[in-house]
Amino acid sequence: MSDTSKNPPPWYEVVLATLKANNVKLAVYVPDKVLTTLIKALEADPFFIVFAATREEEALGIITGAWMAGMRGTLLMQTSGFATLPNALASLVMPYQIPAIMFVSERGTLGEFNLGQALVCHTMRPVLSSLGIENHTITRHDELEFIVDRSIKQAVATQAPVTFILSPLLTGGKVFKA
Amino acid sequence: MTNTTAHNAKVMNRFDLTKRLVAKLDHDEAVIGGIGNSNFDLWMAGPRPQNFYMLGSMGLAIPIALGAAIAQPQRHVVALEGDGSLLMMLGCLATVAARAPKNLTIVVWDNGMYQISGSQPTASAAKADLVGIARASGIERSAWAADEADFERLFKAALSEGGPTLIAARIDGEPGTGATDRDPVQIRARFMAGLDVKR
Repeated sequence: MSDTSKNPPPWYEVVLATLKANNVKLAVYVPDKVLTTLIKALEADPFFIVFAATREEEALGIITGAWMAGMRGTLLMQTSGFATLPNALASLVMPYQIPAIMFVSERGTLGEFNLGQALVCHTMRPVLSSLGIENHTITRHDELEFIVDRSIKQAVATQAPVTFILSPLLTGGKVFKA
Repeated sequence: MTNTTAHNAKVMNRFDLTKRLVAKLDHDEAVIGGIGNSNFDLWMAGPRPQNFYMLGSMGLAIPIALGAAIAQPQRHVVALEGDGSLLMMLGCLATVAARAPKNLTIVVWDNGMYQISGSQPTASAAKADLVGIARASGIERSAWAADEADFERLFKAALSEGGPTLIAARIDGEPGTGATDRDPVQIRARFMAGLDVKR
């Protein structure tokens, strides 16, 4: 056994293992550079069904249909993608009590270079708050598994969605090289 | 598949076709009714625990059906969607084509209008051909139903031969014949029980 306290697995392997441990088989994404490592790892693992949707609302519909037919699913996206979701969240996921498991790679903060991304980022937490959607901003590797594992279990048990905001403090983010 | 064009397809009635469609379901197929008249007429065609009625989220009937088809590959899943809703979410046709689920059938009711919100014309009333868009998106089994008998034949073939399949029907301007109950939790719970999903 390697000493994982000195060399912990990277964040995306922790997310993958926690999804698998909770039997979340379907991963639908609209890509983001920061999520590339997670998407590649999921694609390499035959346990998962992984594919891209053309937009985030579509992906939310897909994992909603899968949940109702007995398969747990997650939606991977970036901050600007989350900003396209309020109608689908308010008129499908919330009223029908769908435990949608959403990961957002957080753009727009901690060194953002695109003003559009920065402004979109400001809309995310107010939307989550106004809909009463459980959400966690994950900054620390040592809290990652606990937060994701417990929150998926809570989402399923309470039939409510959850959003994990993956901070650049966890993932490294997207770096402005100029 | 037939080569009927939208121009040559008979203008039919959504409620009549919905009843014909439901009558062909004999293996507890799941049906996802899109927002508005698509699910209103599905509701009025008779209760089935395998029916899901959308009360919002315009454009998501096909994605919801795709998710259900992926989760239960042994069960056929049907999406009923209007032209306005489909035009809002055209990308989902490309996703369906890429995943190519054999157990998914999409039925598009095309009356060329946003009927429930005031009958304003959709782009399909002008130039857009929804079957042409579906074929170009990669759903090769896409066809206009020439008339009622053709619709029944196409739908029966979709259920038995494997898809994905898209069937489009030109329909008249008759409004929906009723309205669904508006209890989302009850709709969802009944649907999950109808799909034999244990939580």
